[in-house]
Amino acid sequence: MSDSTNTIETFANQEYKWGFVTDIEADAIPRGLSEDVVRLISAKKNEPEWLLEWRLKAYRHWLTLKEPTWANIHYPKIDYQNIIYYSSPKAKGDGPKSLDDVDPELLKTYAKLGIPLQEQAILAGVAVDAVFDSVSVATTFKAKLHEVGIIFGSFSEAVKEHPELVRQYLGSVVPISDNFFAALNSAVFSDGSFCYIPKGVKCPMELSTYFRINAKDTGQFERTLIVADEGATVSYLEGCTAPMRDTNQLHAAVVELVALDNAQIKYSTVQNWYPGDKDGKGGIYNFVTKRGACRGVNSKISWTQVETGSAITWKYPSCLLIGDNSVGEFYSVALTNNWQQADTGTKMIHIGKNTTSTIVSKGISAGHGQNTYRGGVKILKSATGARNYSQCDSLLLGDKCGAHTFPYLEVRNTSAQVEHEASTSKIGEDQIFYCRQRGISSEDAVSMIVHGFCKEVFRELPMEFAVEAQKLLGVSLEGSVG
Amino acid sequence: MALLEIKDLHAKVGDREILKGINLTVNAGEVHAIMGPNGSGKSTLAQVLAGRELYVVTGGSVTYLGKDLLEMSPEDRAREGIFLAFQYPVEIPGVSNMYFLKAALNTIRKHHGIDELDAMDFLNLVRDKMQIMKMDQTLLNRPVNTGFSGGEKKRNEIFQMAVLEPKLAVLDETDSGLDIDALRVVSGGVNAMRSPERAMIVVTHYQRLLNEIVPDFVHVLAEGRIVKSGGKELALELEAEGYEALGAYDEPEAVGRV
Repeated sequence: MSDSTNTIETFANQEYKWGFVTDIEADAIPRGLSEDVVRLISAKKNEPEWLLEWRLKAYRHWLTLKEPTWANIHYPKIDYQNIIYYSSPKAKGDGPKSLDDVDPELLKTYAKLGIPLQEQAILAGVAVDAVFDSVSVATTFKAKLHEVGIIFGSFSEAVKEHPELVRQYLGSVVPISDNFFAALNSAVFSDGSFCYIPKGVKCPMELSTYFRINAKDTGQFERTLIVADEGATVSYLEGCTAPMRDTNQLHAAVVELVALDNAQIKYSTVQNWYPGDKDGKGGIYNFVTKRGACRGVNSKISWTQVETGSAITWKYPSCLLIGDNSVGEFYSVALTNNWQQADTGTKMIHIGKNTTSTIVSKGISAGHGQNTYRGGVKILKSATGARNYSQCDSLLLGDKCGAHTFPYLEVRNTSAQVEHEASTSKIGEDQIFYCRQRGISSEDAVSMIVHGFCKEVFRELPMEFAVEAQKLLGVSLEGSVG
Repeated sequence: MALLEIKDLHAKVGDREILKGINLTVNAGEVHAIMGPNGSGKSTLAQVLAGRELYVVTGGSVTYLGKDLLEMSPEDRAREGIFLAFQYPVEIPGVSNMYFLKAALNTIRKHHGIDELDAMDFLNLVRDKMQIMKMDQTLLNRPVNTGFSGGEKKRNEIFQMAVLEPKLAVLDETDSGLDIDALRVVSGGVNAMRSPERAMIVVTHYQRLLNEIVPDFVHVLAEGRIVKSGGKELALELEAEGYEALGAYDEPEAVGRV
């Protein structure tokens, strides 16, 4: 076996560096799911009656649904009665009022993850909401954001302080009946982030949520809701990690975005849940529903995702282009290494006139990884002058991995313009040798080629995230080409 | 001390022995031409010197600057000053020519304990070299060799060589696929690189390249061995009489070689 092949393997087999466990006392409820559990979660959060009813409706609907099997992913049946649906680090009293009240163990955990929660230590310009297992443990820069009228914090808090806003928008983009995992989430979601940008306000800093699963056998079901009112602009980042455990853990989140007239939302994700070990043991099942509604004219929603973690990823951040001239974008890098599986892509539903969408998907497969792009572009009859451009590229490292592409297209208006481009390439031994002959090591050659492949997506990420994403890709791929 | 000393070098690819005892000594400042029919082992020799793993050395030795070259990884050979101008330059989509070359140059500089160049200094350095190669600046921003014409690829190789300033340059059929004008430009670039500190091994099938890059020595390779060596007049002799006069034939089954 040649050195180049070995390099590609070493490159793919770097260790997961975020796999530690925080030793913290947790308040968890017993395993299993029932109406009582739903009521218990709601009660733990002191929720209003309407929200409990909403959850129960979702739960009853979930009972009638079957787990979807159409995705190109394979996993043993999930025992939904063997999951813990709520776990929170034990709070002193009623939960932290300010950063000073946050358990130092938690602050340490986030610092170790590179997410310092002490405001003075934070990268200027990023406000963080930190979600640990089922609850939001801290939100930074709240006061500063409050000055311009921005509401940013945990979902539970928003339910208490701004029930009218939550009630108006919750489930308005992803209804409880949307799909199996969304219904489950609606029934048992525990926390997440809520963000409201008022009319005409350009959010002065990046907002971000950092999700961490710590407790064993716990599912994380968080819910994010972002509303950009008329003329508002916001850029939102999401990051995730989990400890290394040899059992699979379920993460079934829902993210809803609403953009009104002339509003813009940019949502970036660097997903780095524990992917399982090199033999495919353990790892997170990342079954997530993300959707944005461009309700207003000239509104824009842009999704950028870098998916390097999780044992299985099932996720299709989508846009409903309702307002005339609204714009939807989806930029994605999905990497599967070892035994990881990803079935990811987007849906762009064109409803308003002159709506445009852009899809750029980059799939990287290494080891035994299976990477599927699944995309749907739908142009409704009303969408006169709609345009879509899709580009879907796959890069293979080695000969045991797979890349699959399923683009679906439905056009009901003859004035629409739709373009689709696709390519599949492989990092060849000749490319690696060419680099080495110029003095560049095989590791650097692989990462150079992979970064080159992902460049179009990375440049959509906010600066700090782009750097992190590049590093992450290097780590996730260590040990892989052939 | 010779820059490069090859002794009784044997190499195979798969089960096929291609080099069957090469002996060659190259001193700094010299230009050696290796000529020979298809399948004689010219390109194999070039690839073995660069450390391509597809070719397995089965015997003999190669000493470069007093060190055992065969023990060195391809990247270390490159960092120590060996440059191979590829017969078929490889395309690397998504990686800009400039980024690639800057990474290569900085790796080599770092290896020798010299400060790495930033983008501005690098641009200043390459500007002159591009002019010599009559290369358009836009080539710097295009992905490595991707969508380049045959001529552009070969020019790009010599341009890289000019930037990396190797001690030993191995040019593998740099003339193939070039029209006469491009051949002049490429040869001009190579000639500008000739210096008393630098040696070159020019591998070619045809004499025409050697009218432009005039060698100090010519070696004829046939069936994995050097069958004749001489001065530059040997190339002309070959041109007049053909390889067959030397008992060297094209090997038909070797045409599809790697």
